[in-house]
Amino acid sequence: MAKDALMDFDEALELFEPVLGFEVHVELNTATKMFSAAPNPANEANHGAEPNTLVAPVDMGLPGALPVVNQEAIRSSISLGLALGCSIAPSSRFARKNYFYPDLGKNYQISQYDEPIAFEGSVDVELADGTIVTIPIERAHMEEDAGKLTHMGGSTGRIQGAEYSLVDYNRAGVPLVEIVTKPIFGAEHSAPDLAKAYVATIRDIVRGLGISEAKLERGNLRCDANVSLRPRGQEKLGTRTETKNVNSMRSVERAVRYEIQRQAAILAKGGTITQETRHWHEDTGRTSPGRPKSDADDYRYFPEPDLLPVVPAPELIEELRAALPEPPAARRRRLKAEWSFTDLEFQDVANGGLLDAVAETVAAGASPATARKWWTGEITRVANTQERDAADLVSPANVAALQKLVDAGTLTDKLARQVLEGVIAGEGTPQEVVDSRGLAVVSDDGALIAAIDTALTAQPDVLAKIRDGKVQAAGAVIGAVMKAMRGQADAARVRELVLERAAAL
Amino acid sequence: MRHLGVLARIQLSDEEVQSLTGQLDAIVDNIAKVSEVATPDVVATSHPIPLENVFRPDVVQQQLTREQVLQNAPDQADGRFRVTAILGEEQ
Amino acid sequence: MSDLTRLTAAELAAKLSASEVSSVEATQAHLDRIAAVDGDVHAFLHVSDHALDVARDIDRRRAAGEQLHELAGVPLAVKDVLVTTDMPSTSGSKILEGYMSPYDATVVARSRAAGLVPLGKTNMDEFAMGSSTEFSAYGPTRNPWDLDRIPGGSGGGSAAAVAAFEAPLALGSDTGGSIRQPAHVTGTVGVKPTYGGVSRYGAIALASSLDQVGPVTRTVLDAGLLHDVIGGHDANDSTSLSDAWPSFAAAAREGATGQVLQGLKVGVVRELDGSGFQSGVTASFRAALSAMEAQGAEIVEISAPHFEYGVAAYYLILPAEASSNLAKFDSVRFGMRVNPQGAATVENVMAATRDAGFGPEVKRRIILGTYALSAGYYDAYYGSAQKVRTLIQQDFEAAFGQVDVIATPSAPTTAFRIGEKIDDPLQMYLNDITTIPANLAGVPGISIPSGLAEEDGLPVGIQFLAPAREDARLYRVGAALEALLVDQWGGPLLDRAPSLTNGASL
Ligand SMILES: [Mg+2]
Ligand SMILES: [Zn+2]
Repeated sequence: MAKDALMDFDEALELFEPVLGFEVHVELNTATKMFSAAPNPANEANHGAEPNTLVAPVDMGLPGALPVVNQEAIRSSISLGLALGCSIAPSSRFARKNYFYPDLGKNYQISQYDEPIAFEGSVDVELADGTIVTIPIERAHMEEDAGKLTHMGGSTGRIQGAEYSLVDYNRAGVPLVEIVTKPIFGAEHSAPDLAKAYVATIRDIVRGLGISEAKLERGNLRCDANVSLRPRGQEKLGTRTETKNVNSMRSVERAVRYEIQRQAAILAKGGTITQETRHWHEDTGRTSPGRPKSDADDYRYFPEPDLLPVVPAPELIEELRAALPEPPAARRRRLKAEWSFTDLEFQDVANGGLLDAVAETVAAGASPATARKWWTGEITRVANTQERDAADLVSPANVAALQKLVDAGTLTDKLARQVLEGVIAGEGTPQEVVDSRGLAVVSDDGALIAAIDTALTAQPDVLAKIRDGKVQAAGAVIGAVMKAMRGQADAARVRELVLERAAAL
Repeated sequence: MRHLGVLARIQLSDEEVQSLTGQLDAIVDNIAKVSEVATPDVVATSHPIPLENVFRPDVVQQQLTREQVLQNAPDQADGRFRVTAILGEEQ
Repeated sequence: MSDLTRLTAAELAAKLSASEVSSVEATQAHLDRIAAVDGDVHAFLHVSDHALDVARDIDRRRAAGEQLHELAGVPLAVKDVLVTTDMPSTSGSKILEGYMSPYDATVVARSRAAGLVPLGKTNMDEFAMGSSTEFSAYGPTRNPWDLDRIPGGSGGGSAAAVAAFEAPLALGSDTGGSIRQPAHVTGTVGVKPTYGGVSRYGAIALASSLDQVGPVTRTVLDAGLLHDVIGGHDANDSTSLSDAWPSFAAAAREGATGQVLQGLKVGVVRELDGSGFQSGVTASFRAALSAMEAQGAEIVEISAPHFEYGVAAYYLILPAEASSNLAKFDSVRFGMRVNPQGAATVENVMAATRDAGFGPEVKRRIILGTYALSAGYYDAYYGSAQKVRTLIQQDFEAAFGQVDVIATPSAPTTAFRIGEKIDDPLQMYLNDITTIPANLAGVPGISIPSGLAEEDGLPVGIQFLAPAREDARLYRVGAALEALLVDQWGGPLLDRAPSLTNGASL
């Protein structure tokens, strides 16, 4: 793949205004699929199933099979539509999107076309610098996912040069909600950051609703990013590209930045942008064009004759509206005030995706300051070295319990870090780790005094110096005592006692 | 006609292209006929018996065993369907 | 010839439940009959190799004192459009040769549950596209009345099987007349239920908004008995109606007394005035109406101004839906796979397979449907055709404000010769002019024999149509006229059909 010429980002922004648009697919975590009663692999309970073991006749397009709509998927979709500030259509219907592809069992996707379940909304997104941006939502519609293709032979996993492909229909029929924004203007230098913040907000919303596992690395959330540039002062929109299936927040940010730089370089040389779909390559950090398909734009949509209109009762909509959680941006504002964090401290938590973790730790009894310290500090450090999500390492309840042990003087900070390590390693709750590893601070002064007396007696010259008022000499004794206690003593207390004993002996 | 063949994934022979091209007129005639009465004020009927909100509870029921899924497979490997290389973009 | 094959299903069922006859005997008699005549008729694509085992099991259960369904032990022929776990299901297409479904169609499952004994799968036009069964990939079925003639279609196999006494009961499917028109040309009874009255789950879809599964039999009562078994709500079909249906067998028995004809208002459609109808068909139709009139029925002329647009609308809707429904036959998960010469990609494997696996009529309709749905044409084509459905429904509504049932000849002509119209699809399509309105509007229809056409001695059927959900009315009226005519004829019409065995007795 030829290397694209890129323009410096700031220079690109001087010459052009970026216009963004996003299509985010959310996999719902219902127990069963959108149109069949087969188990849904996007539900945690069925994750990692063997290929082709979660398949009902309609999922693989068997002759004679018919779809039936999952009631829970309808509820989830309405909730999501409401959380996006959308109107819920009094009547919506399914349509067939016809195209041939081996992962599509029926060779049509049941989707919604001219009558989506939710339309015309907006969602507030908070950028890294704390600015709130309102993203206009065009529509949210229900559809089914396709199966999974694995390309074999040729270069690993790539479609290009593959000799053959293998198809697994487990994912076929997974319920999806596709959220489509209107064009987003005015993002300017923040465009890459906005892309990331938008996806994070959608993730927070669906997590808050409990309607998706919301794990980007599993494809529970998939973002297609549309980017176009127009010269400063021009009214008419530029030609856009659609970068498909960008599956991490960092990648969304990078892909948008890349497209801005790539398109700017072309436009600045008088070139034109091809309207096309592009693929994001995580490894190289670049996008490449997809092969133009002759039938890509002729999906021959028509109303799905096997399914009937969805006409939600107003009472149902109100019931779901009443059950909506607080919108993410409002929640952020509230938490920031409640926790009395500085802007910097709050952004540290928010940008690390640790808002829920800190909130739940506080709810479990820790102070906001200590909760923040644990999550943005030690836990994040371990997460980075293990290349895992901080939130997956340890439960907020255990973090709160750990802090409780520190507050009670049972653990020093240093010991607490060792206990955390044990908890992360799956050795149990903090108390269980303290017990099994024998890590509690020795708070029995008797044992300490005995050790101190021994140490002082063994080093009479040190004892003499202390008595002479050379207090810093106590360090040698403290070190010996801590060593004797195998570190399980509170150094400050040891110091106090050393000075006391030196005077008394 | 060639384009329709591509859309419908049918590799049409030259004779088929020729004979089918003539028959597209039948569709044109039908549309002309239907247009005589399908005026804007007439609502479309997509389902002969109107129903709405036909849903299924979100409860797992019978699915196929992997053997059943694969029992008619023209080609398979590793518990999956095997197909010839795909020339094209990933969806 | 074995007597058992000449019995109606109701008669056979009575002998079975009285233990005068075993299901094994009944099943064997029909298998023998198939062996004797199906070489000529070719109603079956597959004959079950374990029908006798199923029959034996029914006999065992009956002997053990188990309470069985009224029809338990009666043999049944199944149209190949319905998927079955124990026999191949091809829908008459090469592309599905040898296909074994991992699940049963709902109507098949219900038939098995009632103890019916599936004998085999019956021939049909490929994917139910046709009116003659000449478009089967496995060769045509022949009309038992004249082996040179078509048995109607697409369900020619099911109609011929019951007409040739190879089975007392059969299942069919009707998208534009595929149950009723074969009944018309074979002197049998066929019912297209109200759309949603019988589950479509497991019926290989032709046009989803038009398809209905229904009974194919020799008497109205038998149709009612079978309809009672297969009908009713099915959660696997979203378009299935949850209505509580009356017993259609009971309606047929009630109708056979003839009471229903007294004061019955029968509508005759002015616009189907006989032009384009064979004279013997019209004559038989008029005679049947006169017989009803003589029993107190009132014949009322009604107008259905939009029926004439039905065929055009039908041939926009059907290819559009079919082109999408038949996309699944792509060589990936099941069915035929053809590897073309040269650099193979999955795209050209699919295209080569579909070229080789589909017959010309199927390809024709897929291409026309693809065209009708293609960019920019949706509203003009499919959308406009759906407006005609509304207009036809309004015609029905207005008519049923004046009459109880509508009567038409079931089809314009008697059975034509095999090959006669095969190169003229438009002429063939006109066969459906009387049956199509019911599919477009979703209303039920029945075809019963009205007699033989004078000029060719071939069977003619009369069709009755009722408002949606009023299927029982058809059974009452159909059974009443049937009783009247059988009485006039001095026996069932099929008694006059050739024996097919050249006088050889079995
Ligand atoms: Mg999209
Ligand atoms: Zn989508």
